[in-house]
Amino acid sequence: MNRINAWVTYLQVAPLALVFLFFLVIPIATIVVVSFFDYNTTQIIPAFLSQNYEELLLSPVTWRTYLQTLEFTVVTWAITLVIGFTIAYFLAFHVRSATWQTVLFLVCTIPFWTSNIIRMISWIPFLGRNGLMNTALLNIGLIREPLEFLLFSNFSVVLAYVHLYTLFMVVPIFNSMMRIDRSLLEAARDAGASGAQTLWSVIVPLCKPGIAIGSIFVVTIVMGDFVTVRLMSGGQSASVSLMMMNAMSLLQYPAAAANAVILLLLVLFTVAAMMRMVDIRKEL
Amino acid sequence: MRRGRREPAFWLLAAFFALFVLFLYGPTITIVVLSFQGPSGGLTFPMNGVSVHWFANLFEKQMVGDFSGSFQRSIVLGVATMLVTVVASFSAGLAFRSRFRGSSVVFYLAIASLIVPSILISLGIGLLFRVLGLDSAWYSSAFGAHLTWTLPFGLLIMFAVFNRFDRRYEEAARDLGATSWQTIRHIVIPILLPSLIGVGLFGFTLSYDEFARSLYTSGTFNTLPLEIYGMTTNVTTPVLYALGTVTTGVSFVVIALALVSTILVRRRRARLGSDAGKAA
Repeated sequence: MNRINAWVTYLQVAPLALVFLFFLVIPIATIVVVSFFDYNTTQIIPAFLSQNYEELLLSPVTWRTYLQTLEFTVVTWAITLVIGFTIAYFLAFHVRSATWQTVLFLVCTIPFWTSNIIRMISWIPFLGRNGLMNTALLNIGLIREPLEFLLFSNFSVVLAYVHLYTLFMVVPIFNSMMRIDRSLLEAARDAGASGAQTLWSVIVPLCKPGIAIGSIFVVTIVMGDFVTVRLMSGGQSASVSLMMMNAMSLLQYPAAAANAVILLLLVLFTVAAMMRMVDIRKEL
Repeated sequence: MRRGRREPAFWLLAAFFALFVLFLYGPTITIVVLSFQGPSGGLTFPMNGVSVHWFANLFEKQMVGDFSGSFQRSIVLGVATMLVTVVASFSAGLAFRSRFRGSSVVFYLAIASLIVPSILISLGIGLLFRVLGLDSAWYSSAFGAHLTWTLPFGLLIMFAVFNRFDRRYEEAARDLGATSWQTIRHIVIPILLPSLIGVGLFGFTLSYDEFARSLYTSGTFNTLPLEIYGMTTNVTTPVLYALGTVTTGVSFVVIALALVSTILVRRRRARLGSDAGKAA
């Protein structure tokens, strides 16, 4: 009977496991293998070369691009963390009715289920030279010339990141906050803690798992992003993935693969560091 | 629900929240309005009249590439991804209730599938198909690529759901002589229905809007997000906004369907709920 049960369990998990095997493990292994291949203008040639890595790591462009991507990541992470924490804090501790909590939470999450590309495009009529923002600022006389940096700049890239991904901070932090035993807050107040002290010494430490999960989402998405950088910078900023795509469009698959391996290592390393703060299975 | 007076902090935070919601929805509302631009209108305000010119334009094949075709493909792919996500996540959720060899491997694969950048998965599958000499297509390679994104969400939701599931319902069913399948069919699935609808919502919308994972995996025929991306670089008329309005509308219809059916399930359950303790 036990043996049959074990088989049933394996059958139940098989579809999921097979998808991960064929569409995650084997493809990533393919990238690693191809990253050592040789190539010319028309084809890729099986080989075992370190040349792709050498060319990549010796090029200053690579380092500049990685730095640019890291800069986007850190800035976006900091902004989404502050906004996400504030929104979650409001929902968890200041909205008192459970119904309102659910409704407002849904209001925050609905955009997640709509198209990211469309949400990026939506900024054009806002930020463009003749957009709403410039028109408004001109009309109230704050500026005389339309601001050029609003659209197609690093500013608009970060703005789009914050717009798209703050939700990934709100949800896990809100989840952590809802698990905090409210009597702890009363205890803090009774012991003479001010509101700010309670926030900093009680709530923030208890939200660490949520903060870690949110950070993992935001950091990994921004590190691997190219659509936002491409669309919102108007082709003026670079990102690691864009660099990879350029190699792909020149049919330099092994070069792209080598870059992919380095990016993957960087992402995994960052996530491993953040995972030390949290046991994900406990958070569900 | 109001107990006592609100502190100033509440109003400050409420104002911040309102601004955040405006930030979230403002741009989308703007392009919905602008998509009704008159035929001579441009990409920004002011509106030059009101018309559905750009929506009509959208459905003329020659103007904007293959909108109808890519739209149909995305819908079919989204539905297929949804079905597989619901079934595979639910079944894996059942499996994870007992410890089995390799369970932590599968779990960490799911986490890896979430954190490995989408473009790497896209690139990997694209390369794999090339090395194997297979043609990538939206119904094969892109389908698999989308599943690597939706299944981890499905699995994590099922974990959360089964952690809160009262196994005594199942034991009661079994004591009454139900087979394993009957227990799942008549007890577990009905109880978990709202969560399964939620998993389905994730499955459809994440696939329907997926861009990076489709990029190197969909082969000759584009899915809708690829089509939209192509348009952003070479279309400079409000037809782009019309397209945005239509796809966002589809997403909203799907979200509304999911919410309404969840509420209906809950209502029905409240109405037909247990009669324990109500005997005369």
